Amino acid sequence: MFEKVFVANRGAIAARVIRCLREMGIASVAAYSEADAEAPYVAEADGAIELGPAPPLDSYLNQDRVLGALAASGADALHPGYGFLAENSGFAARVEKSGCRFIGPAARWIEAMGHKTNARRLMESMGLPVSAASDVLAEGTEAAIAEARRIGFPVLIKAVRGGGGIGMVRADDEIALARNLDRAAEMAARAFGDSELFLERFMDRPRHVEFQVLGDAAGDVRHLYERDCSIQRRHQKVIEEAPAPRLERAFLDGVAARMSGALAKLGYDNIGTVETLHDAASGLRFLEMNTRLQVEHAVTEAVCGIDLVRAQILSAAGARVAEILPDPVPLQGHAIEARVCAEDPVRFLPSPGALKTFRPPEGDGIRVETGTREGAAVTPFYDPLLAKVVAHGRDRNEAIASLQGALEAFAVEGVKTNIGFLLRALRFAPFVAGDVHTGLVHDILAGPP
Amino acid sequence: MAEIKVESEIAGKVWKIEVGIGDRLEEDDPVMILESMKMEIPVLAPAAGTVREILVREEDAVEEGQVVALLDG
Repeated sequence: MFEKVFVANRGAIAARVIRCLREMGIASVAAYSEADAEAPYVAEADGAIELGPAPPLDSYLNQDRVLGALAASGADALHPGYGFLAENSGFAARVEKSGCRFIGPAARWIEAMGHKTNARRLMESMGLPVSAASDVLAEGTEAAIAEARRIGFPVLIKAVRGGGGIGMVRADDEIALARNLDRAAEMAARAFGDSELFLERFMDRPRHVEFQVLGDAAGDVRHLYERDCSIQRRHQKVIEEAPAPRLERAFLDGVAARMSGALAKLGYDNIGTVETLHDAASGLRFLEMNTRLQVEHAVTEAVCGIDLVRAQILSAAGARVAEILPDPVPLQGHAIEARVCAEDPVRFLPSPGALKTFRPPEGDGIRVETGTREGAAVTPFYDPLLAKVVAHGRDRNEAIASLQGALEAFAVEGVKTNIGFLLRALRFAPFVAGDVHTGLVHDILAGPP
Repeated sequence: MAEIKVESEIAGKVWKIEVGIGDRLEEDDPVMILESMKMEIPVLAPAAGTVREILVREEDAVEEGQVVALLDG
């Protein structure tokens, strides 16, 4: 087992990993930028190393600085969290080359799934359905239009090295496609360092259903059921739940078993999430695979009674999945997570500022993951997440009621938050009925206040 | 000619200025794009006008409510 782990992230996920390491008896070293020097997670770790100035490229995204801090820390493994360098195969390879374990899948897996058209082809070859899409687009508008005609409008313009819904542009016709190609390429270059694009058939109001898997170095892969993450604004998840409402258990388990079987054949070796879109007409379609811990992992932890961070660390240290997970993995009750963000509740514009009041709720079946505290500043440098609030109930209605109570009790002053929007969503009749899809946020905002 | 103030709705950093002095803008045309909390947020012209002055540079930090450009309407 590892003796000391360097946590190459910040905020809620750094706090979460540091807490897990303490419970496992492993020493932790936090990394922080100048803007995060006073963040609570830094004090919670056994040691801490400053990476550099606040902008991510000077700190959390700066490979040389992170690797320098890793070497100075004396740690024997690195946990990347999510975001930043968590899905950078070159970085993972450099960590391993330095003699430390990268707590995640092998670099070749990050590379294979990071290239979205290659990943689609790989999953298709393993028998998973994919939606109509182009290969990597050749230069020029003509090639893109020809591909879009073949696929059929509307299409989404997506970054080949992208993911997480960032920088996607919808095009309903040839004019919109031609007009948006340059902008999409620019966004892709900026967000992912690569301007290559591809087109994918746009699905209207699908559900986002994703499957949690865990593999080991011996190539055993098992699943931990699914999460529904259909409630999204700007293609970013805000409410996630497990299990997925109103889909047959046998159908979901069949898909999950097929996915874990396919990944086992390929030798997938750590934690991962297979994301799919679902609608009644097409069924499930592979979207992308995330080769890391997911932001919303806590809903799976609640219904399965498994600590996924611990499971991930054990797998990276060489334990077998059969030793880590009970067989079968239990599925108990229903869990829902809401992401409380520093943003206004209608237009979702970011709202940095000082947290004059910050009192997260407590209660039976309520879990809060946060990386901040009262008196701290919410800076414009990083994502707007203030806290994740997870409610676990015997059934979906109980979880919804419990999460509503928790969000009503969550006191935040000094920045605008989306709590008002989250409460509207939890009361919205189609949501309560489990009739969820990615267009629901639009309907909620158009509905009663 | 009326002076039109273009204000930032959020605190953030100027990523990209989309217009030059003398450009004619319609209402809701993007004047610049700000970056805050991993999001890109356009600053739109509140009314039609001609760009008289741009008060910030790319990479500058701006505050909520700060006037970032002036238009002649």
